[in-house]
Amino acid sequence: MSLDALARSATDEARRQMEICNACRYCEGFCSVFPAMTRHRSFTDADMTHLANLCHNCRGCYYSCQFTEPHEFNLNVPAALGEVRQLSWERLAWPGAFSRLFHENGVALAAALAVGLAVMFAALQALRPESGEGFYAYLSHGAMIAIFTPAFFLPLAAVGVALRRYWREVEGQRVTLGQIVEATRSAGTMRNLDGGQGQGCNFEKGDRYSNARRVFHQLTLYGFLMCFAATSVATVMHYVFAWEAPYGFFTPPKLFGVPGGIILCVGTAGLAWLKTKADPKLGIARVWGGEMAFVALLFFVSATGLALYAVTGTAAVPALLAIHLGAVLAFFLVIPYSKMTHGFFRFAALVREAQLSRR
Amino acid sequence: MTEAYDIAVVGGGNAALCAAVTAAETGAKVVILESAPEFYRGGNSRHTRNFRCMHRGPLSVLVDSYEEEEYFEDLLLVTKGETDEEMARLTIRMSEECLPWMERQGVRFQPSLSGTLSLSRTNAFFLGGGKALVNAYYNRCEDLGVDVFYDAEVKHVNIEDGHFTHVDVSMKGGEPTRIAAKAVVLASGGFQGDLDWLTRAWGPSAANFLIRGTPYNRGVVLKDMLDQGAESVGDPTQCHAVAIDGRSPKFDGGIVTRLDCVPFSIVVNQNGDRFYDEGEDVWPKRYAIWGRLVAAQPDQVGYSIIDSKSAELFMPSVFPPIVADTIEGLGQQLGISGDKLARTVAEFNAACREGRFHPTEKDGLATDGLTPPKTNWARPIDTPPYYGYSLRPGVTFTYLGLKVSPTAQVHTAEGPLDNVWAAGEIMAGSILGQGYLAGFGMTIGTVFGRIAGREAAAYVS
Ligand SMILES: Cc1cc2nc3c(=O)[nH]c(=O)nc-3n(C[C@H](O)[C@H](O)[C@H](O)COP(=O)(O)OP(=O)(O)OC[C@H]3O[C@@H](n4cnc5c(N)ncnc54)[C@H](O)[C@@H]3O)c2cc1C
Ligand code: SF4
Ligand code: SF4
Repeated sequence: MSLDALARSATDEARRQMEICNACRYCEGFCSVFPAMTRHRSFTDADMTHLANLCHNCRGCYYSCQFTEPHEFNLNVPAALGEVRQLSWERLAWPGAFSRLFHENGVALAAALAVGLAVMFAALQALRPESGEGFYAYLSHGAMIAIFTPAFFLPLAAVGVALRRYWREVEGQRVTLGQIVEATRSAGTMRNLDGGQGQGCNFEKGDRYSNARRVFHQLTLYGFLMCFAATSVATVMHYVFAWEAPYGFFTPPKLFGVPGGIILCVGTAGLAWLKTKADPKLGIARVWGGEMAFVALLFFVSATGLALYAVTGTAAVPALLAIHLGAVLAFFLVIPYSKMTHGFFRFAALVREAQLSRR
Repeated sequence: MTEAYDIAVVGGGNAALCAAVTAAETGAKVVILESAPEFYRGGNSRHTRNFRCMHRGPLSVLVDSYEEEEYFEDLLLVTKGETDEEMARLTIRMSEECLPWMERQGVRFQPSLSGTLSLSRTNAFFLGGGKALVNAYYNRCEDLGVDVFYDAEVKHVNIEDGHFTHVDVSMKGGEPTRIAAKAVVLASGGFQGDLDWLTRAWGPSAANFLIRGTPYNRGVVLKDMLDQGAESVGDPTQCHAVAIDGRSPKFDGGIVTRLDCVPFSIVVNQNGDRFYDEGEDVWPKRYAIWGRLVAAQPDQVGYSIIDSKSAELFMPSVFPPIVADTIEGLGQQLGISGDKLARTVAEFNAACREGRFHPTEKDGLATDGLTPPKTNWARPIDTPPYYGYSLRPGVTFTYLGLKVSPTAQVHTAEGPLDNVWAAGEIMAGSILGQGYLAGFGMTIGTVFGRIAGREAAAYVS
């Protein structure tokens, strides 16, 4: 089936389920999806895309539902919305040719990693500078910039295109600062994974609530942001203050990067562990492997980054540098076509919900 | 199954769970025998959304206050006095301490659902509904070391010389085995799941009724106890029935199958004739009589007809309505005579008068010279597309139950049995002899489940 046909049938199934929920509404207090649902009597495809991207797969509405299988209504809202959401990311990705490449396929993701590594090893071989300090002794600053600037901005541009398509599909309006603030607050606390009352979600412990996923997800998010901040701040230091690497421990890049890397490692390891305990049929079973590979890649990026810092000044540096930079390169390249896109779409959905719920 | 239990709890719904938790908290060794498989555990309780709770000031999600007198008045109104005042007031008074107790067990509440603002003062809604409540109690039971058997149908409660000794239980449909305990709590609901019994009690038309809740409440234990001389309460022929979507499943359709369109519609039977004032009162006050009204029509079916003006005035339905551009066409699609339906609608339209229409309160917009009249919300049905829903009686529960004392002890003609208690729907007839008060079923189950658990635990210790 084509992607569009798949999306149509997934949307029809999710719509059938939402219509049952709309006559029930018992789950209203869990998340933003149900209050958003009650604004409608019938659901357009765009409404379904919006609801699906609002759903954070907390699974509260599955374990609370009196109509799940084997009941003939056969509800599984987390999976039904999950499929619509997943297909929306794949459908709207740009360019379309890559759209499904890394979502389902852990092997493809591993291949991306291999390519990243190969590129970096080759670069280190070929572009070894005459002189330079720290990492720049192995790969000049200029070469790094030449590789990573496009590797970072091209994927971001692709994400931008996908988001534009998304925004058009859900009929989004002009964004205000207030809406951004509201969405940031919601994402910053993972409000939609807190079960509505802070008791958490139903991810890994069946019908018991737990905050483990929320905690590990936020460690991953904040760890990632700290690593990102480390890189950004280093860039600013380099260009604005002409303060060049290597940096000692008590400098902003390291103060962000080292704890950030540790937190990111803990968060991703935790997420992977939880994933092994959760019931795959309440998620999107076909992307289980791809998601796991993506979490593993993030872990690998942060772990090799930390390792690289740990081996400073030893003979292990060149090899580890190639490995770490290769992983980072692979990570950048798969951003628009892997689980990483969820962050962008989710945020857009939260902004859109801020627009709609205000009215 | 040789383990010695202090207390056997028969049933796995709200009342059973409240009894089991209360008893297990004292250290008693408790076993729950639930006839449903694990997925369908929790009886009708899994379909509920709230319980009615007295409170003298704001309490958790409940606003303002709802005091004993008002609560009791509300009960008197719906039961037309068919209630035991002592038991009723006990239930009402104890409901107040139930809410914090429930929260301690892990039950969570949420503000009243959208579309139910009128209940925000009187009824505390469960976050995620009754299934979430049931899950919380089962988890609590697990933590307290209560043994739970699913697919475990109690066939017989053995009473010797006024004293309970053991139950005979069929596990997974096998031959009954014996489980002994020092005391027993009966919380196995009513008998509406047994269609043969329902037909004997109500009449042959009951074969066409839909059962809104669990198929596992078949009254096996109720009948067994009555056969052994337990005293009964409640009208054995009556059940609480509402009009629900005619396309609903035979069992377990739950809350979503209700239809709130009646006051804005005309309702006809299979012959295309109207038979009752659809606009007698606001829907929450009338929805319970429509089960009976439809049950009295040929083949126990009715058809509610609206036009596009009214299509969005009520909660969405679980199945989409039948839609047609003409009344004739709608009739044909519903399987009744289109010409006849068109005549009935034309007659109705001709009897409508000008006036102010107000969907959320009685607006006095009545028909003129029509029998039966429609006394509120009577607007002509003249704006296509037209919408139709079929209606069938949906049974919520039966009234026949065991007579108990205020300490939940089961009575025989010779007095109370010393180690048999009952809670929930199986004894609710003492308090709710007629009619229904939204959220009161769970209140009775929680209050008497806790009493039964407490008394049984005191007895075995
Ligand atoms: C659709 C629907 C919605 C409702 N909504 C509300 C509401 O919002 N608020 C409210 O207060 N009330 C509501 N009610 C009524 C409410 O469900 C009942 O009053 C309440 O659940 C009764 O609790 P219970 O524990 O006595 O019975 P149940 O919850 O029905 O439990 C009976 C249990 O006994 C088991 N059982 C039966 N026979 C045997 C046997 N022989 N051996 C072993 N186990 C057996 C059953 O499997 C079941 O688990 C609703 C009812 C329905 C049908
Ligand atoms: S998931 Fe089930 S319980 Fe929750 S609102 Fe939907 S139908 Fe109701
Ligand atoms: S899975 Fe959680 S977030 Fe998604 S719709 Fe259900 S309750 Fe809401």
